[in-house]
Amino acid sequence: MAEKKSVLEPVVNDFSITVGTVNGSGSQTANLTLMRAFFKMGIPISGKNIFPSNIQGLPTWYTIRVSKDRYLARSETTEIMVAMNPASFANDLDKLVPGGIFLYADHIKEEINRADVVVYPMPVKELVRESGAPRSLRDYVANMVYVGALTHLLGIEVEKLQEALDFHFGGKQKPVELNMKIIKKSIEWAAENFDQASPYRAEQMDGTDGYILATGNTAGALGSIYGGLQFTAWYPITPATGMPEAITKYRPFLQEDPETKKYKFSVVQAEDELAAVGMIIGAGWAGLRTVTATSGPGMSLMSEYVGLAYYAEIPIVIWNVQRMGPSTGLPTRTSQGDINQTYYLGQGDTKHPIFFPGSVTECFEFGWKAMDLAEQLQAPVFVLIDLDMGMNQWMTEPFQYPDTPIKRGKILWEDDLDNLDWEWGRYLDNDGDGIPYRTVPGNEHPKSAYFTRGTGHDEYANYSEDPETWAANLARLNKKFELTRTMVPKPEIHSRDGAEIGVIAFGSTDPAVSEACDYLEADGVAVDYLRLRALPINEDVVDFIRSHKRVYVVEMNRDGQLCQIIALEMLDQATKLISLTYNTGLQLTAAWVQNAILGKEMK
Amino acid sequence: MGAKKETLNGIGLSKEDYAGAPSTLCRGCGHNAIVNQMIAACYEENIPPEKVVKFSGIGCSSKAPTYFLSRSFGFNGLHGRMPSLATGALFADTSLIGIGVSGDGDSASIGMGQFKHVMRRNLPLVYIIANNGVYGLTKGQISATAEEGLALKNQSQNMYMPIDIVWEALVGRASFVARGFSGDPKQLKDLFKAALHHRGMAVIDVISPCVTFNNKDDTLHSYAWGKLHEVALHELSFVPAAEIVTVDYEKGQTAKVDLHDGTHIILKKLEHGYEPGDRGAALQLLEEANRKQELVTGLIYIDPDQKTIFDIDYLPPKRLNRVPAEELRPSRESLNKVNALMV
Repeated sequence: MAEKKSVLEPVVNDFSITVGTVNGSGSQTANLTLMRAFFKMGIPISGKNIFPSNIQGLPTWYTIRVSKDRYLARSETTEIMVAMNPASFANDLDKLVPGGIFLYADHIKEEINRADVVVYPMPVKELVRESGAPRSLRDYVANMVYVGALTHLLGIEVEKLQEALDFHFGGKQKPVELNMKIIKKSIEWAAENFDQASPYRAEQMDGTDGYILATGNTAGALGSIYGGLQFTAWYPITPATGMPEAITKYRPFLQEDPETKKYKFSVVQAEDELAAVGMIIGAGWAGLRTVTATSGPGMSLMSEYVGLAYYAEIPIVIWNVQRMGPSTGLPTRTSQGDINQTYYLGQGDTKHPIFFPGSVTECFEFGWKAMDLAEQLQAPVFVLIDLDMGMNQWMTEPFQYPDTPIKRGKILWEDDLDNLDWEWGRYLDNDGDGIPYRTVPGNEHPKSAYFTRGTGHDEYANYSEDPETWAANLARLNKKFELTRTMVPKPEIHSRDGAEIGVIAFGSTDPAVSEACDYLEADGVAVDYLRLRALPINEDVVDFIRSHKRVYVVEMNRDGQLCQIIALEMLDQATKLISLTYNTGLQLTAAWVQNAILGKEMK
Repeated sequence: MGAKKETLNGIGLSKEDYAGAPSTLCRGCGHNAIVNQMIAACYEENIPPEKVVKFSGIGCSSKAPTYFLSRSFGFNGLHGRMPSLATGALFADTSLIGIGVSGDGDSASIGMGQFKHVMRRNLPLVYIIANNGVYGLTKGQISATAEEGLALKNQSQNMYMPIDIVWEALVGRASFVARGFSGDPKQLKDLFKAALHHRGMAVIDVISPCVTFNNKDDTLHSYAWGKLHEVALHELSFVPAAEIVTVDYEKGQTAKVDLHDGTHIILKKLEHGYEPGDRGAALQLLEEANRKQELVTGLIYIDPDQKTIFDIDYLPPKRLNRVPAEELRPSRESLNKVNALMV
């Protein structure tokens, strides 16, 4: 067949593909296969699943951004649209950029009202039928038709698709063959029927060498396991469920005792979040390394118990994979709206350290670091990510083996108590750092036992309502918290020449903010970027704010919660802080950040 | 008092070694009987206090663990949430004996969810519910186990049907379910002993009168009503492993239950002729007792062989909280494999 010429300049490895499907139609296999094929071609990619709170029937979208420049935030434009869902057809067509390519399943009989895009109807049902796929599987494999069409259109390497399918099906030949058959059929059909070469092309490059593809939930699970996890209890909730599921999945592989065939850690699916957190607090109290994962509604339920763990000084780690609140909110949409809730969770004066991983590999790192910190502080420690980082596959650096041994904090066993030259009390601050020594059940030393309570207690864990004792104890807890500033990860600062203004962001928005900083520089606005990695803030954050004229705090919530917290902790600088909030439930984009900052700077 | 000679038990401890802080409960409170009989049971069974962990929720009942076994670790947690706390903690060292003390408000109201779920998991725990039909610490409100029609001072009459804790425990599939009465301390002690040796969830609903707020002679949680209406199911005794050969028991009139640790419960049948191995029969017994206005006490159901949560969760035989830090982390090589799985 003769080479067909494009009317436009080719655009290589720099476009977004959006697939609009019906939830539950099996499009995840097709989308993840496409994404992995690009990855295996060495092209940096990201995949964002925009899905409904529903099992079957509502519209869902998957966007793959292909970016040679490694700009992997969600893009606001779509260059290629695949419409498989009649319900979203008109809207999907509307979203496409001029000159874009619109593929759709030809059984959808909707009006095509745009002349500025290239339109190809795909005979999906016919191709699936011709492939000989069993009737019962046809609906599931139908999505491979657009995989084949895109393969032809963009020049995706077929063998990379095959490898991606092998990965997806764990090497099971039958489903791989069935899917490949449809893909090949579709490629043939496309070669015969697409009458224009696509301006968008995928070409092999070396942009993914040394990277892996993983979700934050899986990374958090693995980070916890490599942090020496011994007990987890959990309750299902979107979008956090993937983490305990991954913990359970990797258990036989990573922590099965070769001799006894028993597992080295326990997993209990609890009856609710109240019980899940209660169980890990019991386990943490008794000397086990514990973690649980939840989201906003679960955090609300855990609040009473977290207050107890704070006051009784029990190490636990809670991952909050944030979804959009308030209330049930948008359970399948992303948000950074639980910062205030988490930081101050519990009645009375409570404050908790929070880790903010900004990449999937950092989810792994902070997974084990959070467990160390919890035991060092004898306190609840939180890790906040969001649906986007938790559930989507991210291209990320490989997980690094922990570079420090497991830290168990100040824990005393029988021999330690025997050799002590001072009289131990559970809440006695012997070292002057606010952190007491603890013993745990099973310690058989006659002096080891003590009674733990959420009510007032003195340094020896006796019940006390004495005013001075109460005040002194709360002051010590605060001292411990202040110490945390030097123990949590420092921020990462990216400076640019001549920058007088700064931007602070954290978590899943890192790709969008980094990309925006490049665009802003091109616009003549140099911005220094501080990626916050934990609360409470430390000296580096303070210095960054002091040394800039204005500092934008970018976050995905309505009220600028992080901005409020920083402002409260450095009131003299508060007027410098400008809150920029994006609160739609969709992932932040570079274009939004760029426009928001330009809008303020150009005033 | 003159110098009393201390009698030591089989592990060289005096009863004093099992004591706790002085009780701050009301004089005559049923819960004090629970405290005293628990001290006696642990002492007589030669249980090292260091091998016991105590748990409680919130309420008068939940103060009780402070008043026994001060040489044991204890945790007075949140209202209604004792079962989850005990579940997590006991995973840390499965050689420990857990004793949980809760109340009717704590377990039958705010904590009903956790109560039911810990039953079905068969957590090895002695779970005592000090049941007096009233909220004492908040000064006399009607609880969920109070009988329909109960009228308390400054409270409107109870309009609802009561929750029967023993019934709920049975339906929840606890493997040991008993009812005791603070007015019958001897039986209470024997039930505690059996429960301490049972491997699995041992629920003991103790009718434990509140002398301050709910002890009128005609109310169901009073001493007077209990004494008048108590029907003990058996004469219960508890036999350590070594002594079973010397026990002379009459087949037919007596039932023997073999526990997991080699000890035995001997049940001498009384008028009901009841055997505690059938859940359906147990529920029927409760229905009849209810109709006849009897307070049946004793061991109502037991299955000594039911799988516990520890059997189910593939727990290693080691005490988990003593595993050295260097054994907790998987190898560097394993992480290389994990990374290789993700490209």
